[in-house]
Amino acid sequence: MIYTTIINNQTISISDIPEMNYNEFIDLNTGFLTNSPEKHCVNYFGYPVSNQIRLICCIADDNTHQIYLSSCFVKSGDQLDSFTARNFNFEKFEREIHENFGVDYNDHPWLKPVRYAKNRFDPSQTIANYPFFSIESDELHEVGVGPIHAGIIEPGHFRFICNGEQILHLEIQLGYQHRGIEQQFLAKKKLLQRTTIAESIAGDTVVGHTTAFSHVWESLCGFQPSHDMEYARTLALELERMAVHTGDLSAVCTDIAYQLGSAVFGRLRTPIINFMQEWGGNRLSKGLIRPGRNQFPFTPELAQRLAGILDVYEPDFLEMNEQLFQLPSALSRFERTGVVSYEDVLSIGTVGMAARMSGLSRDIRQSHPFGLYPEMNHEPIIKHHGDVYSRVQIRKAEVKQSMQYIRNLIQNVPESSENEPVFQSPKPNSFTLSLVEGWRGEICHCAITDEQGELAHYKVKDPSFHNWLALALAVRNNEISDFPICNKSFNLSYSGHDL
Amino acid sequence: MFDNVKIVYHQGKQFITDTANAKVPGIFRGRPVISFEKVNEAELVDLCPVDAISGNPVSIDLGKCTFCGECAKQFPNKIRFTTDYKISTNDRNRLIVKEGDEEPIEVDPEKVRNEIRRIFGRSLKLRQVSAGGDNSCEMELNAANNVQFDISRYGIDFVASPRHADGIVITGPITENMAEPLQICYDAIPEPKIIVLVGTDAISGGIHVGSSALDRSFLDKYPIDLYIPGNPAHPLTIVNGLLDLTRKRKI
Ligand code: SF4
Repeated sequence: MIYTTIINNQTISISDIPEMNYNEFIDLNTGFLTNSPEKHCVNYFGYPVSNQIRLICCIADDNTHQIYLSSCFVKSGDQLDSFTARNFNFEKFEREIHENFGVDYNDHPWLKPVRYAKNRFDPSQTIANYPFFSIESDELHEVGVGPIHAGIIEPGHFRFICNGEQILHLEIQLGYQHRGIEQQFLAKKKLLQRTTIAESIAGDTVVGHTTAFSHVWESLCGFQPSHDMEYARTLALELERMAVHTGDLSAVCTDIAYQLGSAVFGRLRTPIINFMQEWGGNRLSKGLIRPGRNQFPFTPELAQRLAGILDVYEPDFLEMNEQLFQLPSALSRFERTGVVSYEDVLSIGTVGMAARMSGLSRDIRQSHPFGLYPEMNHEPIIKHHGDVYSRVQIRKAEVKQSMQYIRNLIQNVPESSENEPVFQSPKPNSFTLSLVEGWRGEICHCAITDEQGELAHYKVKDPSFHNWLALALAVRNNEISDFPICNKSFNLSYSGHDL
Repeated sequence: MFDNVKIVYHQGKQFITDTANAKVPGIFRGRPVISFEKVNEAELVDLCPVDAISGNPVSIDLGKCTFCGECAKQFPNKIRFTTDYKISTNDRNRLIVKEGDEEPIEVDPEKVRNEIRRIFGRSLKLRQVSAGGDNSCEMELNAANNVQFDISRYGIDFVASPRHADGIVITGPITENMAEPLQICYDAIPEPKIIVLVGTDAISGGIHVGSSALDRSFLDKYPIDLYIPGNPAHPLTIVNGLLDLTRKRKI
């Protein structure tokens, strides 16, 4: 078995990724995952090379901090055995390869379009004729929601099959937000344009995606980011996590009609995002993270301001949590609602909070550390029940943890290296992979360059790509009225999935 | 009970009493001001990621600008972003700020359709459609309704059904896959109805201009009643824009 090994943010020559025949390829990669909860697929994609498709599979090993790369050439129209039939981690990835390139699988259990990309292989498959799963029965009924939902949220179509109030099955059809992000990375040539595209992958994860892009670009160009750049990124990531988790606690309270929690958590999110504006001029951190640069150096004055904000935030945050977590009416809605078991989160390869809710420790900050995390000895917050309660508890605990990290970080504000970056052009014929733990989970960006060092392929994977299926499993056998809190407790990204 | 009272007490008074004159904290990239300073115009025009800058005279189109701040960083004597968040207007041309322009960007009362102020002056119900939005403008629209900005105190609400709505608020560059749902939603709103575009992506396509995955033909069919620029639009830009469109206010 031949594969190569890299670590997070390492650039290698594309020719260093071994090629093998499909039988070896499938045995190797599904074999990696057999009885190995510490390994999962962080990316698996194809890209065209002359008239063939080169598949590249990236398996991360959380124990050794390594990422195993292997590849295989196939053709569109090829009939292949699917990885998925052996391991469900690969389900969405293979659907995407099928959708984009027309590679066919003999035994894939769920071979459906993923997002209706513009350049999909089969143009007759449109978002209007999605092949929904259905059951013939006089007892059951279907409920369709969306694409436009009731509130101010992104679009997606949900099809529930219900027995009375009880949900038997939920199918989630996405793709409405597809903007062609990956193609735009290639079409737009300026670095600032590409950074702006990275910023608009998911507006709630601006820091996460822009950090991943910056790491990819810097690694491709052989640029070593300075300590103050990594400091700013690490600090911003933890602030983004705090802000979103606080906002989501508010939203969960809204969905159980708990007005006080909704108002207080909603208000507590504001000082954090307003601080982002004080620092970088934008509440959602757009414009803050740039490859090769510390765009808005963090100053001791900002550190002092932030310490003051946290001092006011913390007692109110804790007070509200204490009240929420002793409220029987809230607990009865949270506990044992929307459960996903450890076996299920492992088999479908969920990441981030959606893995940690069921006892599966997946956290790039610990397993493949980047930025300043190697020095921070991060310990992931793990819960075990896989229900709404676990997800709400993780948010509370992670806010407290992030607050501690931020407090430590702002003790020592580094001098800023205010020099203009001297970028070499990206290395030709290279491959880079960057993993970042965003608040929602693992973000993976991969880049491949051509002979000229131009981007030949750019691949983005948002954590939602894995985690939407966890939501579909969570609502099974729950009442349809519990769908909103299940959905909110995950808060997955539509635009990040659809790209 | 006592604990709840304590929480409410700690919550304090949150809402912004005067949304038209509130100050935003720290640095903020609102309405730009462009000086007459001589600079290398070609270089300035070229650095913008979204072609929002034109030369001779130098101008910035806020309908295209992603407010990245790069132009002000590279040419600090030429371009400066003020903290003026009141940048919504009903006149697409007003979004283009030229050298020397210092005056505020406003809704032109002449161009507001008659029925808007007559019918929607006290109550406006809106249906929001995210058409390829990255969830940033969507979050800020939600924030416009939180305990601080509290837009519903002005009778402006977001509703679930287009049948209950007086207009549509569009975010995002309008993807091909959302073009039809957007049209269906718009058609379901009873007349008279308004169209509001929130954010750079909706107004011009933003950074996504040129992507083949978009279908912006919807916008060619109807007049736009309000442009609310930003990346994302700030809640105060949203609140003030909608108020200026629908009612006469004392300055
Ligand atoms: S701030 Fe606006 S005008 Fe200036 S470079 Fe950025 S996008 Fe262009």
